[in-house]
Parts: sequence; structure tokens; C-alpha cells
Amino acid sequence: MILREIKELLGCEVLVGNPDLEVDVTDVVASDGMSEILAFARSKELMITGLTNIQSIRTADIAGVCAVLYCRGKVPDKRVLDFARDKNIPVLATSMGMFEICGILYAKGLRGVS
Amino acid sequence: MAVELLRESYGIQGRNFDKAGEISSEIKALLSGLQLNPTSIRRTVIVVFEAEMNVVMYAQRGTLTLILTDDEIALEVRDEGPGIPDVDLAMQEGYSTASDEMREMGFGFGMGLPNMKKNSDEFRIDTEVGKGTSVLATIRLNSHG
Repeated sequence: MILREIKELLGCEVLVGNPDLEVDVTDVVASDGMSEILAFARSKELMITGLTNIQSIRTADIAGVCAVLYCRGKVPDKRVLDFARDKNIPVLATSMGMFEICGILYAKGLRGVS
Repeated sequence: MAVELLRESYGIQGRNFDKAGEISSEIKALLSGLQLNPTSIRRTVIVVFEAEMNVVMYAQRGTLTLILTDDEIALEVRDEGPGIPDVDLAMQEGYSTASDEMREMGFGFGMGLPNMKKNSDEFRIDTEVGKGTSVLATIRLNSHG
């Protein structure tokens, strides 16, 4: 599924959109625990989290995920977004909760990593 | 005999959550410029990041030394922290002594040390309660495809 389609499906706001949103997503890693993301992500997953501090983007960079999606309407501060832009990591945000997001994406054929 | 190609040491300031992770980003940039196996870089940077966060969360200060040879990356992390009373327990996934503040940072869910071990080819912890902890981790450069 293309990231742009996920954006439409979940009603996301694009906070950092460079590079563009045409990346293909097949796997998802979802957690507020950064070590869990580092443990399970293999690379190129969509990372879903409610943690909006700078460590979320550091984790995304180190884990090599294709994009970060913040849930529950949380939006990180400018410094975090600037860091994501610097690392070329697209960042989206939606008001939906993590359970709802994961359910919708699972129904569309995306799968979690473990 | 392995040939040492690079040796860099970094100071880690305990309790400084704002800067936590900067060394990991620096090391990732350094290694990415050296045309090494991407899997080895990824494993190394995960170990560095978890180690850096552990020092920031628990210790007053620490140092991380990275030694690159022609066949492996060795990481030596030494801190002046509380030490680990029961290493076997600390190595169990899910076991944690983290504070709420640490968990708010997204860490302290009992995955840090197991993650470091999982991403290392050799992993050793030496610790003394009240003195500090040192971790030696090596990641081979060509064993991960």
C-alpha cells in the first residue's frame, strides 16, 4: 500500500513530506517502546507510535523505517520535525488511536513484524 | 591479526535526556560514510543507541569507545553508575528498573540489554554495585550478509 493511500485512509496530516509519499508499505511496527521498535523492525516498515519526543525520530532513523505516523492526535515540536526533515523521514499524524489504526491497516493487508 | 582502522571515544553525560542519542546519530553518520555492510552498521548503531540511553538513564557519566578493525566493530561502554545487582535478571526481556521519567522517553521497557546482546556477536557485561558497569560488544563485519 502506498503511503499516500494510508494518509487518505487514516485522515492524516503530513508534518514532514519530503521525500514524497509514494513509498510502498507492506509491514508495520507499532509501539510506544523505542527498544521494541529497534528489536522488531527490519527496515522499511511504517512506524506507528504515540511517543513524540526526539527519541522517536532517532529510533526511526536507526531502525531504518520508511515513515513515522503519530497517533491519538499527538504532534511533536518543531525541533523534532526539523530533525525528521534532516533525516529524510516522512512524518504523518492522525487523531485515531493506535488500536484503530492497526485494525484498519491490517484489514487492508498490511502486517506487523515480530 | 586484525588491523585497527579507526578508534573514536565519546563522552556520555548522565541524565541529559535532551542530548541522549546524539552520539548514536554521529556514529551512524561516521559508519555510513565508510562503505561497510549495512546490516553490520545497523546492528552496531542499535547497540550504541541502547547503550547510550542506558548510561543517560542510570549513570552520572560514561564513555563509549568504538574500535573498527578490518573484520569487526568493537564497542566498549564504561559508566559510573549504580551497577547491576543481578545481571541474569537484567538480561531477561521485560525486566526493568526504569522510572516513569525513563518510560516517558520511550525507554525502560526491559528490552535494552537483550537488544544489545541480540545485535552483538560477542557480548560481555562486567558490573559492580555502587561503582559502575562496562559492556564489551563486538559486531563482525561480514557475517550478516
